[in-house]
Amino acid sequence: MSEAFVRVRDLKIGATVYPPGEKPHDIEIVHGVSFDLEKGKVLGLIGESGAGKSTIGLASMAYGRGGVELTGGEVWVNGRDILQSSKGDLRALRGGEVTYVSQSAAASFNPAKQILEQVTEAAIRHGKFTKAEAEARAIVLFEKLGLPDPQNIGKRYPHQVSGGQLQRCMTALALCPEPDLVVFDEPTTALDVTTQIDVLMAIKEAIRDTGVAALYITHDLAVVAQVSDDIMVLKMGDMVEYGSVDQIINAPKEDYTRALVSVRSIEHEEKQPTREPVLICENITARYKGTKFDVLKDVNVEVHPGQTLAVVGESGSGKSTLARVITGLLPQREGRVHFAGRDLNPVMRTRPRDDLRELQMIYQMADTAMNPRQTVGTIIGRPLEFYFGLRGAEKQKRIQELLDEIELGKGFQDRYPAELSGGQKQRVCIARALAAKPKLIICDEVTSALDPLVADGILKLLLDLQKIEDVAYLFITHDLATVRAIADSIAVMYQGEVVRYGTKTEVLSPPFDDYTDLLLSSVPEMKLGWLEEVIANRKMESAGN
Amino acid sequence: MIKNIPFSALIGLIITGAYFFVAIFAGFVAPYGMAEVVGDVWEPASAAHLLGTDNIGRDLLTRMIYGGQTTIFIATAGTILSFVTGSTLGFLAAVLGGWADQLLSRLVDLLMAIPSLILALVILAMVPVTVPVLILVMGLLDATRVFRLARSVAVDINVMDYVEAASLRGEGRMWVIFREILPNALSPLVAELGLRFIFMVLFISTLSFLGLGVQPPLADWGGIVKENKDGIIYGIGAALYPAIAIATLAISVNLVADWVLNRTTSLKGGRG
Repeated sequence: MSEAFVRVRDLKIGATVYPPGEKPHDIEIVHGVSFDLEKGKVLGLIGESGAGKSTIGLASMAYGRGGVELTGGEVWVNGRDILQSSKGDLRALRGGEVTYVSQSAAASFNPAKQILEQVTEAAIRHGKFTKAEAEARAIVLFEKLGLPDPQNIGKRYPHQVSGGQLQRCMTALALCPEPDLVVFDEPTTALDVTTQIDVLMAIKEAIRDTGVAALYITHDLAVVAQVSDDIMVLKMGDMVEYGSVDQIINAPKEDYTRALVSVRSIEHEEKQPTREPVLICENITARYKGTKFDVLKDVNVEVHPGQTLAVVGESGSGKSTLARVITGLLPQREGRVHFAGRDLNPVMRTRPRDDLRELQMIYQMADTAMNPRQTVGTIIGRPLEFYFGLRGAEKQKRIQELLDEIELGKGFQDRYPAELSGGQKQRVCIARALAAKPKLIICDEVTSALDPLVADGILKLLLDLQKIEDVAYLFITHDLATVRAIADSIAVMYQGEVVRYGTKTEVLSPPFDDYTDLLLSSVPEMKLGWLEEVIANRKMESAGN
Repeated sequence: MIKNIPFSALIGLIITGAYFFVAIFAGFVAPYGMAEVVGDVWEPASAAHLLGTDNIGRDLLTRMIYGGQTTIFIATAGTILSFVTGSTLGFLAAVLGGWADQLLSRLVDLLMAIPSLILALVILAMVPVTVPVLILVMGLLDATRVFRLARSVAVDINVMDYVEAASLRGEGRMWVIFREILPNALSPLVAELGLRFIFMVLFISTLSFLGLGVQPPLADWGGIVKENKDGIIYGIGAALYPAIAIATLAISVNLVADWVLNRTTSLKGGRG
């Protein structure tokens, strides 16, 4: 009987948890997972945060991160159970036979050493190649991964290349010692969509050409569908479904898989502008203090009451800066912000209280947007107290109303942010914004730090609240699927300028300008063969190259 | 919370508590009057004088108890003063930023550039040495260190989204400092409090030993060392008791500080 190259049987992983105010205790975080992986094949591990996908990925190197313990089962790599291996054997395995590509290349490279030195280090240390051989191999890999100037890029330092390039360098690092298995842990999650497809394509081709086995970990089913042969869906440390890509995408058996496949299918009819715009940005030009470069150039957009303007663009396109100008955190150099029938003072500190109240903001990271030492009741209650002078029972009643509106219900008032899940935290932030009875809420990437299913819930909530409260949203995002779900009008930003602006239908219908075309086509679709199709058809290189 | 208190912290709490109790109730606990001459010079330990007598025949245990009262009182008051001024100014510098931050920070750098003991000696040589003056001088000199810590902690907190959210709401600086920053800066400050208190004990003891601290006949630990140091040559250990007292207090306060530090950092969980 031929045995698979990687064979995981009934893998159990435990960890110790330290809940505040309680005694530390052990829990099981992966409950008996099994799979096989052949050389030259890619297995996608998919699930939301806490599903145990990274933990399983690291277990294939017999490694448990931060107090995680591999408590049971077998992990066979190259004909031996590595959970029983000696430390010396594991040292030969890690970085030699099995290598790892992490999510943040920027945090994983040593900023003080040249890229080539780091890429070849493992191969040389494991005695697989001499220095000259390893460097020659690295250059071949750089070329294969589509990096510019493969001969010399290795002489640069990590900060001298872009994020997408660095992620490809890390793939080269992982492939350099000729490993048998590579673990990719969310390698494209931190990248812009347009950069993501280049990196995905490079990874896919490199895996194919080198014939390694790969574990590809991600939370994005559309991404994993492009690179994997098989997919395992995980939830809370349990296997939900395991099958070929084709079967998982086109004929999912389990409800949970179906929910993941159909995520972002919110239908939203675009509304026509009816009343006077609530926000008009006229010829906004802005730059940061001490720089000689305009981050916003002559930006003109309007938001209508009760409607959503989505501002789309890659990182560095100036979309968050636009929010800072509107809120007055960064006074513009030229142009004016017209809000609810009056001109807003450029400097936030000089704005009257009503201007501040009617313009609220929700942040990307709900974690840092709430004071960890304040209870939910204080966080939501403070705007009520501050703007409306509510006290005592009246305030309590209004807090509870708001909590009901964000579908949290009773028992949340006395909790601290650390005691909430990611989605609940973002809901509390929404309630805090709503408490001020605003006319406009600026949503800065509010769903990008959340799992797809949770993000869907937040988007639905925002749409429902818009109907009830008649509030307008200026929705900043890099994710076009989100835009399709909630926008009434769209502004596409590129290098500080609005390159395309209009109602949703106008912006999303051809003919496209090159940039919008690139952006639209880069959003991963839940379809086999999508990646090759896009690469073949696109007109413009992404800015990350 | 109290149930989970580790053994070392418990020991620290008990010893620290005992010192403070004795200091507060010195008048009731001490067997004799503070400056009362009750026996011969440097009498050995006996039932009447548990630690013996000092260089002019006062009961050493009584001197130690009253000395502890003075030392602990001055150190406590000095620590409170240094924390209130240091952290308020530090937070203010972080929140205001710009030239206000520059001015305060450079001023503090200037003060820290001169060794604080020398500076304290120079100041105390010019003004009459009384307990309030001592507290003021020590508290303000030590505030420079608290300022640095408070400022660096607050600079980190000041860029958090929740502080931005508060200023976007229109909150004043007082709210930002006391309601947004202070609660989050408390744990490093509390841990530092224990250490600074001990440095304060050492500081006042050093000053007294050099004769510019607490003035006789008032007792304090540094002063007792000074008064009895000549006895060491004759094999009389009277000068060692204050040293033991300072050492045990330092260790026990630090055990408590360590525990506070550990407890509050683990509270941060994975978010740290």
